[in-house]
Amino acid sequence: MLYRENGQFKTSYAADQQVFTIAQDKWFVLGVIAFAFIGVPMLVDEYMFRAILIPFLILSLAALGVNLLVGYCGQITLGAGAFMAIGAYAAYNFFVRIEGMPVVLAMLLGGGVSAAMGVLFGIPSLRVRGLYLAVATLAAQFFCDWAFLRISWFTNDSSSGSVSVSNLKMFGWTIDSPVDKYLFCLGVMVVFAVLAKNLTRATVGRQWMAIRDMDVAAEVIGIRPMYSKLSAFAVSSFFVGVAGAMWGFIHLGSWEPAAFSVDRSFQLLFMVIIGGLGSILGSFFGAAFIVVLPIFLNQFLPALGDLVGISISTAAVSHAELIIFGSLIVFFLIVEPHGLARLWSIAKEKLRLWPFPH
Amino acid sequence: MSRKIGDVILDLQNISLRFGGVKALTDISFNIREHEVRAIIGPNGAGKSSMLNVINGVYHPQDGKIFYRGAERKKMEPHMAASTGIARTFQNIGLFKGMSVLDNIMTGRTLKMKSNLLLQALWFGPARSEELAHRRKVEEIIDFLEIQHIRKTPVGRLPYGLQKRVDLGRALAMEPQILLLDEPMAGMNVEEKQDMCRFILDVNDQFGTTIVLIEHDMGVVMDISDRVVVLDYGKKIGDGLPDEVRSNPEVIRAYLGAGH
Ligand SMILES: Nc1ncnc2c1ncn2[C@@H]1O[C@H](COP(=O)(O)OP(=O)(O)O)[C@@H](O)[C@H]1O
Ligand SMILES: [Mg+2]
Repeated sequence: MLYRENGQFKTSYAADQQVFTIAQDKWFVLGVIAFAFIGVPMLVDEYMFRAILIPFLILSLAALGVNLLVGYCGQITLGAGAFMAIGAYAAYNFFVRIEGMPVVLAMLLGGGVSAAMGVLFGIPSLRVRGLYLAVATLAAQFFCDWAFLRISWFTNDSSSGSVSVSNLKMFGWTIDSPVDKYLFCLGVMVVFAVLAKNLTRATVGRQWMAIRDMDVAAEVIGIRPMYSKLSAFAVSSFFVGVAGAMWGFIHLGSWEPAAFSVDRSFQLLFMVIIGGLGSILGSFFGAAFIVVLPIFLNQFLPALGDLVGISISTAAVSHAELIIFGSLIVFFLIVEPHGLARLWSIAKEKLRLWPFPH
Repeated sequence: MSRKIGDVILDLQNISLRFGGVKALTDISFNIREHEVRAIIGPNGAGKSSMLNVINGVYHPQDGKIFYRGAERKKMEPHMAASTGIARTFQNIGLFKGMSVLDNIMTGRTLKMKSNLLLQALWFGPARSEELAHRRKVEEIIDFLEIQHIRKTPVGRLPYGLQKRVDLGRALAMEPQILLLDEPMAGMNVEEKQDMCRFILDVNDQFGTTIVLIEHDMGVVMDISDRVVVLDYGKKIGDGLPDEVRSNPEVIRAYLGAGH
């Protein structure tokens, strides 16, 4: 079947407001999700789960959160790592301090604490923007780095400063093996992606975008900047906080504050820039790209070096990684601010007209 | 026309507005009656846009009083003005560039949408039915402005004349009582101007919306406005029926002096 909407007429506004207005898109995405749930666990080995798929799923959840704030609401943040940390440590405290606390609830509560802190650290956005806001969010990052390192209550007074969780159970299901962890992350990610999509097509999402595109006009039509910006900070920090809790609980198992350093904040920001600001899909592209590229280069560059007879050190590989990220970010910021997602939609546009380009 | 001009709805008294040393408005008083088309004219830099910004709370005048429906209006933020029924369009188009025509006009319904964030995230119950109800209303506006064919187009890709129309649509979506239009026909060709005049008169006529219009084209002003205020260098130099204003010597001097 050709990819196009011919013959798919909408007879109601409800039909026209569906997430996928072209049937092929819907089947494609459902197919990908079904494959991810059923096909991937049969095909993939443990290393793939651990090194690529689980980090990819969790980081794309965090990137999605960052994208809601930066891409949809236009508020820059350099503190995403801090909100992952808040989510992780808050979930940890709920989990170890409250007898019988379910894992999922602990993670959601961690997200809730992160959301509350997001609102608090979002208050500067009501007065400042751009560089000044970036600096204010960076302050959140450094404050959290310090707090989780120095205030031992947060780490339940553990002597080494690192905390760990184990024995994750949900409705009798022990989330233990890499496949379990993968399926859990996938499920959470799908749910959150749907929530994000719904928010962005509802009135709150339009308010965020209105504030991003032209804040004076937004205010003149009755959008309250305070509500819009702080709700974006809250929702974004909730997503990022839950991702942080999953990063700690599921991916790492035991962690210290360095796991959520400012490097993580930058990494998440790079994901949404490369993937596409203001695009749900872009968050996934960006996360996939940034998770896979280092692994790819690690395998590919030495092999390439062997081929031409020079040996490439691991240091050289990580330099290459930085150079590639740097130039891609410059490229996307200048040439294509909507990132990989935009390239994808251009390709689809072409396909829709193919084979008759006119 | 069937509509009847009513009582004073907005009364501006001795408004003065300064930006540092620049006096944008000096001691200006005039009123706006319900259901009328009130034009504000004057050379560039006369303070017309600033006047609209005062009316909908973007600028706060240093001196003067504003009475809305008889009650004095104290400090007013733009979104509060919006919730009391004042809408506007922008001289330099204030559309949301990254959004489609439909979404832009839907933003005009923001104040009327009440469902909470959680229901919106779940796209459930009241959130969903509210979205559909407002979509229906917005489609009426799209039909009225004859822009059905571009409803899904990102506004950034539209030609200037259509963008102005979408800007009007977004303001109409608020179902305002007072509609402030800042040069809605600037940069349009004759045909587009005629369409825009028709839309403005239809809005005024069908919904009884009070209209405050800034316009340079004197032909248009004489045709469609009930009363005209003339500003020059931030001062009021004329106020009255179109014919009176046209024959006011001071107005003629200001216009000739400014090279119009
Ligand atoms: N935000 C502002 N900051 C400083 N000066 C302003 C501002 N807005 C308007 N002005 C000044 O006020 C005067 C009137 O401007 P404006 O209201 O835009 O005139 P008009 O719309 O009649 O062309 C101009 O001298 C302009 O430079
Ligand atoms: Mg002006």
